[in-house]
Amino acid sequence: MSASTLILLVLGLGLAGWLVARSRAAMFRRANGGKRIASLPNYHAWYAALWIVVPTLLFALVWSQIADNLVIQHVLASPAAADLPAFGMQRQTMLTEARAVATGAAPAVFNPAAADLVEPFEEALTRYNIIGMVVTLLIALAGGAWAFLHLKPDFRAHTRVERAVLSLLLIASLVAILTTLGIVASLVFETVRFFGMVNPIDFLTGVNWSPNPMTDGSNPDPERYGAVPLFWGTFFIGVVIAMIVAIPMGMMSAIYLNQYAAPRVRTWLKPALEILAGVPTVVYGYFAALTIAPAIRDIALALGVQNPSSESALAAGLVMGVMIIPFVSSMADDSIAAVPQAMKDGSLAMGATQNETIKRVLVPAALPGIVAGIMLAISRAIGETMIVVMAASATARLSANPLEAMTTVTYQIVANLTGEASMDSASTLAAFALGFVLFLVTLVLNIIALRIVKRFREAYE
Amino acid sequence: MADIADSPLANQANKSLEHENIETGEPKMRARDVDVYYGQKKAIDSVDIDVYTEFVTAFIGPSGCGKSTFLRALNRMNDTIPSARVTGTIELDGEDIYASGMDVVQLRARVGMVFQKPNPFPKSIYDNIAYGPKIHGLAETKPDLDNIVEKSLRRAGLWEEVKDRLADSGTALSGGQQQRLCIARAIAVDPEVILMDEPCSALDPIATAKIEELIDELRGRYGIVIVTHSMQQAARVSQRTAFFHLGNLVEYGHTSDIFTNPVEKRTQDYITGRYG
Amino acid sequence: MSNVATSGSEKVRPTRTAAFEARLKKRYAAERRFKAVGLGAIVFSIAVLVFLLVTMALNGLGGFQRTELRVPVDFANAPVTIPANAEDERAVVQSLERQGMRDIIIFSAEQALGEEGATHVNSEAWRLVAQEIAADPSLARGQQEFWLPTDEDLASAYAGDGSADLQPLARRLAEEGHLSDNFDSGFLSRSDATDPQLVGIWGALKGSILTMIVTLLLAFPIGVLAALYLEEYAPKNRWTDLIEVSINNLAAVPSIIFGLLGLAVFLWIFPSYRSAPLIGGMTLALMTMPVIVIAGRNAIKAVPPSIRDGALAIGASPVQVVFHHVLPLALPGILTGTIIGMARALGETAPLLLIGMRAFVSSPPDGFTDNATVLPMQIFLWSDEIDRGFVERTSAAIIVLLIFLLLMNGLAIYLRNRFEKKW
Ligand SMILES: Nc1ncnc2c1ncn2[C@@H]1O[C@H](COP(=O)(O)OP(=O)(O)OP(=O)(O)O)[C@@H](O)[C@H]1O
Ligand SMILES: [Mg+2]
Repeated sequence: MSASTLILLVLGLGLAGWLVARSRAAMFRRANGGKRIASLPNYHAWYAALWIVVPTLLFALVWSQIADNLVIQHVLASPAAADLPAFGMQRQTMLTEARAVATGAAPAVFNPAAADLVEPFEEALTRYNIIGMVVTLLIALAGGAWAFLHLKPDFRAHTRVERAVLSLLLIASLVAILTTLGIVASLVFETVRFFGMVNPIDFLTGVNWSPNPMTDGSNPDPERYGAVPLFWGTFFIGVVIAMIVAIPMGMMSAIYLNQYAAPRVRTWLKPALEILAGVPTVVYGYFAALTIAPAIRDIALALGVQNPSSESALAAGLVMGVMIIPFVSSMADDSIAAVPQAMKDGSLAMGATQNETIKRVLVPAALPGIVAGIMLAISRAIGETMIVVMAASATARLSANPLEAMTTVTYQIVANLTGEASMDSASTLAAFALGFVLFLVTLVLNIIALRIVKRFREAYE
Repeated sequence: MADIADSPLANQANKSLEHENIETGEPKMRARDVDVYYGQKKAIDSVDIDVYTEFVTAFIGPSGCGKSTFLRALNRMNDTIPSARVTGTIELDGEDIYASGMDVVQLRARVGMVFQKPNPFPKSIYDNIAYGPKIHGLAETKPDLDNIVEKSLRRAGLWEEVKDRLADSGTALSGGQQQRLCIARAIAVDPEVILMDEPCSALDPIATAKIEELIDELRGRYGIVIVTHSMQQAARVSQRTAFFHLGNLVEYGHTSDIFTNPVEKRTQDYITGRYG
Repeated sequence: MSNVATSGSEKVRPTRTAAFEARLKKRYAAERRFKAVGLGAIVFSIAVLVFLLVTMALNGLGGFQRTELRVPVDFANAPVTIPANAEDERAVVQSLERQGMRDIIIFSAEQALGEEGATHVNSEAWRLVAQEIAADPSLARGQQEFWLPTDEDLASAYAGDGSADLQPLARRLAEEGHLSDNFDSGFLSRSDATDPQLVGIWGALKGSILTMIVTLLLAFPIGVLAALYLEEYAPKNRWTDLIEVSINNLAAVPSIIFGLLGLAVFLWIFPSYRSAPLIGGMTLALMTMPVIVIAGRNAIKAVPPSIRDGALAIGASPVQVVFHHVLPLALPGILTGTIIGMARALGETAPLLLIGMRAFVSSPPDGFTDNATVLPMQIFLWSDEIDRGFVERTSAAIIVLLIFLLLMNGLAIYLRNRFEKKW
């Protein structure tokens, strides 16, 4: 029995309960001489339906997790399983194949040895399917009966149903907290394991980064896990180069749109900037790698630079800066728009020109919002992955020359997690440690920025 | 200039100027047949008015009658509202301020404005005052600038209260102090006319009294136009009063005449509180 | 009294001096410069956008074409039979393979193009012919003409680069009318392949669609319900603050962090669903949910309290007020936010890279648990290929992705304008 039929069955039972309870409530009403009962029949119906659906769904969830194991255990216990290899790929494929045949997903097994396993699989599957079905029905019946016994003319079904709806809303909003917890827990867990292999001090202060996923295993040389060059590369590309492009361009765009552009022009230019923001990062990455990086290399060569890198920090940083422009621009636009008109009038009435007003009054007044926007922009830049994966380099280097190749935290996370190393090797865990650092830095930037924005808004409300 | 500090109280000033003829002397500003439109809507209809440096002019009238609109036409602050349009002529010292040769920046430096709600810049007290002189390049050196700041604050009667905390933010002052700061800011560029749009409406009686005193002291040096909703205030501080109604200038004359002996019935109704 | 009045006006005011006017000129020049810089900044951004789009379009138009050879095949000389009982295309192709389809094509190509030319017919060309025949058996009778893909070498020779030796051959075939670039409709219906002449994006596109379905089914209800809770019911306490901070922060956390979460949690729970749309969709849902919550809260906030009061006053319960009155009014705003969030998820690559949705998928996924890849990932994978043919194909795939994103954003803007209400 697949998950979808189980769900259909549960929903069908729920519907049946809904209908029965509804007609029962309608009966109360008739018995009452058509007068109002405490709750509308629909609420009685929902009350019963919830009592049927919620417990059965919970059971189905649990069952789908354990049934697989039960089936496998049954199969392994069968005499045919005695010939299985003790472990490894072969064993796994044979089991998968036999299961596919038993469920009807595949016509026949490739591996003849697996053929013997088909029968125990079929047996186990039928047995546990029946068990699952019966228990589901029993639970549905019990829930329905419980609900049904409660239905009375004076039963306030609607308060119960509304309480259930409210809990559903609460649960939905808890998903956000669960996600945050999930992120923190998984990062901390793997990071702690990594720090069991490499001293955190070495990690945070070492200047040599050259993990070797093949040989490092679980007993790496801590000398090879110094992350400083990665932090430097991230900072240099995402904060220095990208922001040199994004901050002036974004600010001036926002000022022009907000203060100079005619409304008609503004309605066209703003969406154009939004399109720039909507271009996927993989496209920017491709653009950086295919067009910008070779161009920069050629220009550097023409200027007589020796051996410029074709994966220069400059290419990745410039394209990242362009990607961030609309982001800075929209934050600055919002902040400047939030400055009260009275402030601007005050300055203009003194005989200040437009740009004097902007530079000396509007921008200083909007500064908290702008600073917060830049912090969010930095947080986005240092977490940007695809551009650096496609246009930056794998070489960790501490250098201030933008024409040299550099690597970043996000690049190394991807590189160490998409290689051949196992989940337990030091290089894999190092990726989680890097992710943890990245998460903490962006978390701090975000929280400070969001707080500034909130206070800024309150100040001008 | 020091003698203005002990100038007579407002009502005495009224008396001394009461019998001067309104047509004597050259007006500082002269408006003729001025219409102001917001899009298609006419907010000011054919207004003629003269503003003199010697007298304080008050604009009164019910809410929405166009006082602020007309006031903003006098230093072209209406230019900042895209839909606003002005016709007719407004002259400053005989020059048409809406002529193409007139420079808005210079005009606004010559005709300053104080708003209903105090709007100090989010800068220090010192920088608020120094703002105008700095952008207009009125001070060559730092001591010059210090001098202008001190003089302006003294004229606005704020110096004693703030001289020890010039570096504090202008927004940290009380409402009345903020409004005097805005007046000081306006006089720091030594304008010829100061337009005030209900400068006391956000203030308590004591702060109001201080500002009224200040207006009286500034009279003679600057042409002053003040919009007010308080009949008493108009009577206290002004020598000329203009009554607006529904975009029209109904009556304009000596303050004492307007309040004691109005020509028009509408003026009479308004000052006796029948509407507005 | 009177001396006060005169002394002030006799002195030349500082704002009337010649120095003031000289300075004014400079100030206006500064004003013009400043305005020009502002305009320049915008023009720069737009110019980059246009440059990017034009580069992609110029490269990409070639990606919708492929180099093909015109080969007449005479089935009268080489009869093939189509098995009558064949259930599907695969069976027909297998049968034709057994009947020597490959040799028939090679022979026909030699006849038409000469020995050398025939070696450059794509080695999979026979399969394409077989598939066409399976779709339309009448093709297998008499003299037929097929346009067959070339191999990569001839394709690049025809494009003017690649090895110089082949270029004379390409020129000759082109002059004879046997070789040309034709629109390749199969690009939209095939899947990934190792040969740029044979790749298509349908596999990746279908993967994207499946992934987006999972994302939408999870993120939309959770996001809307959470927004309703926070805006309508949440008490003002530490828990609520914590939820708010979490959501605002999640909306700004780098997407790669969600990939780490997916790798550590989802793949740990479901180890067998690596590179399945199910896991990809769940990961992207966590990323999209905060966007929907934030958009949803703003939309709900915009519904005026008077509507709630009105409903409450006629005796509706708080839940009824929200579901019957507030939610329908806020829905356009919520949908706009959802579409924008979905567009972002559709273009996302980094988190999917970590959870392994980078499989080489040569046939489109059939379900939520099949191996799959997504469109942006396909772009990333192709961009790594050195072959020139892939450069054009990558740009073509980018065009397809951008068209989808443009449509989604256009829909969002349309919804926003259509339903924007002033209360
Ligand atoms: N920016 C604007 N756009 C369109 N109409 C406006 C604008 N500003 C004012 N008005 C209209 O012009 C008329 C005059 O307004 P104005 O602000 O000058 O009145 P007021 O006399 O200053 O009133 P109050 O005493 O309330 O300040 C009013 O009908 C008002 O609605
Ligand atoms: Mg007004």
